[in-house]
Amino acid sequence: MNKLSWFNVTSLTFGFAFLYMPMVILIIYSFNASKLVTVWAGFSTKWYGSLFENEAFLDAAWVTIKVAVMSSSLATILGTMAAYVLVRGGRFMGRTLFSGMIYAPLVMPEVITGLSLLLLFIGIGLDRGVLTIVLAHTTFAMCYVSVVVSSRLVSFDRSLEEAALDLGCSNFEAFRLVTLPIIAPAVISGWLLAFTLSLDDLVIASFTAGPSATTLPIKIFSAVRLGVSPEINALSTIMIAIVTVGVISASLVSKRNSLRQQKDEQAAARAT
Amino acid sequence: MNQAVFTPWDDPSAKPLIRFKGVTKRFGEFVAIDNLTLDIYEREFFALLGPSGCGKTTMMRMLAGFETATEGSIELSGQDIGPVPPNKRAVNMMFQSYALFPHLTVYDNIAFGLRRGTMPREQIDARVSEMLKLTRLEKFARRKPHQISGGQRQRVALARSLAKAPKLLLLDEPLGALDAKLRQATQFELMDIQEKTGTTFVIVTHDQEEAMTVASRVAVMDEGRVMQVATPERIYEAPNSVYVADFIGDVNILKGTATANGTGSYAVTWDEGQRPVTAISDTVFSEGQACFLAIRPEKIAINAERPTDADNAIQGKILDIAYLGNLSTYHVALPGGQVIKAQAANTRRVSRRSFTWEDTVWISWTATAGVLLDQ
Ligand SMILES: Nc1ncnc2c1ncn2[C@@H]1O[C@H](COP(=O)(O)OP(=O)(O)OP(=O)(O)O)[C@@H](O)[C@H]1O
Ligand SMILES: [Mg+2]
Repeated sequence: MNKLSWFNVTSLTFGFAFLYMPMVILIIYSFNASKLVTVWAGFSTKWYGSLFENEAFLDAAWVTIKVAVMSSSLATILGTMAAYVLVRGGRFMGRTLFSGMIYAPLVMPEVITGLSLLLLFIGIGLDRGVLTIVLAHTTFAMCYVSVVVSSRLVSFDRSLEEAALDLGCSNFEAFRLVTLPIIAPAVISGWLLAFTLSLDDLVIASFTAGPSATTLPIKIFSAVRLGVSPEINALSTIMIAIVTVGVISASLVSKRNSLRQQKDEQAAARAT
Repeated sequence: MNQAVFTPWDDPSAKPLIRFKGVTKRFGEFVAIDNLTLDIYEREFFALLGPSGCGKTTMMRMLAGFETATEGSIELSGQDIGPVPPNKRAVNMMFQSYALFPHLTVYDNIAFGLRRGTMPREQIDARVSEMLKLTRLEKFARRKPHQISGGQRQRVALARSLAKAPKLLLLDEPLGALDAKLRQATQFELMDIQEKTGTTFVIVTHDQEEAMTVASRVAVMDEGRVMQVATPERIYEAPNSVYVADFIGDVNILKGTATANGTGSYAVTWDEGQRPVTAISDTVFSEGQACFLAIRPEKIAINAERPTDADNAIQGKILDIAYLGNLSTYHVALPGGQVIKAQAANTRRVSRRSFTWEDTVWISWTATAGVLLDQ
């Protein structure tokens, strides 16, 4: 290991302090015994207790998780299909246009995505609630999934699918028995990514949520406008924990599997 | 071997299993297969030989159904297979890159094709075990492809393509990664399988010896064209062009002009200062036509004295000796600068051999030893 120079150490420290100081403060204050957010009055976990008695928060949390699970699953299915067609579909009319278009929502301001979805839902007379949030989250998360999956598919050895066809598989069987198991790690990390994206989305959710269903980020945001309460700090700490676990496991899964996959494929290729 | 009687290609009433009819395959502007017309018969062991990039794999991929011919048609048992998808063809292919499924064990790889059909479990089990035994992979059945060696992987690929006992088996360099002994054993296994099951094999190989050993016929290809299709003996003894003669084995080429000096006999003038050499040929050459005389090194004798009975004899000097164990190849420089290779069996130990570098020797061959070619 190289020793870091003092300059590198300093920039690293400042960089990470800049990134994580706010969160660290939030986490510390979530264990504050005082009701006043800015005054430290000793360690306590009572806000976590009172949080779990707060119906409104619990409802919102439940809605958030439901939405995240449904939208990420839906986004994974659609995103994987889109990636497969774009990578494997050969040269069909307007393919470049399509692959460009699928990435467009990545760079589109969320406000615009949210607004256009809102207009659509009003236009077709869909009542805003869990369903509309799920649809909205699916829409923007599927681009992320398709980016992750298609980057895996590009490096996927085409001849494996041909071998499956040669041995009597239909196209769908070849996908199910050969392609899918091999790209599964990418699909799983796509799902986890979609899940975390849905979990912490505020902008799109606030356009598409209705009175019948509110997600946690919306709830927190509106609660904070009335003043920051230690309960919110506790809730945010829990969310940070969930997102952290999600992101870390996604990257671990994809890293471990891509390593193994690489080894598998190198070994399976001709040893010259 | 009953190869003497197995010659369906000479029988005009025999129906070919595979029929390429004027097939051309283009990748964009690039012509990978150029107007190929070729018949392959049932129970044949058909070898494709040719330099890298000449279109061997492309030809196989068309048979397997992964490429469609740009022009022309391919028939299998008299049926145009153009519109038939790969999974509906009674054809299996062993991929040059093996294409083993990395997420499945060796066993599951081999069983993969069998499980797509309606074969009962026990039968699949028996068949896979048979294949494992044949390819000597019993010990590795539970391993994944990345846990075995390159040669073992090649055998898995071979076993997987053999398992379904297809009507037509396409093997793209099936034995390249095996050691000489195992390769020979597998060659004999393949021939044995073929005798038993009557499968038709089309095999790509870079190993001429392999093609000579196993093939009923050999096709020599160059840049998408088939240069010659014939039995191994004929390819070797009667090549139809300098390209084929040069591609298969070692050969000396004398370039010259032909002058008839008898029926079917020609005097070939190949060097100003030398006497013309005599060659017998079935091909008719006109007076003064440019020609090439191809002679295999083993058909050229090397002697210290001028042999009295030889049709052709030339004096030269030994330039180099390549010792090959059982044989030695002598590179003999002629006065005109040409170098002729002559081969002799090493019946004596090295220390007692009669020729050495810089010796002046006589090389000689009979009028029928060489083939007179017009291109
Ligand atoms: N999909 C493709 N697109 C463009 N060109 C291709 C494609 N597939 C093959 N070719 C070209 O066609 C030619 C024949 O390729 P092919 O794979 O049949 O060669 P080969 O005879 O099998 O060679 P090798 O002995 O190296 O395996 C090559 O020049 C190759 O570059
Ligand atoms: Mg090839």
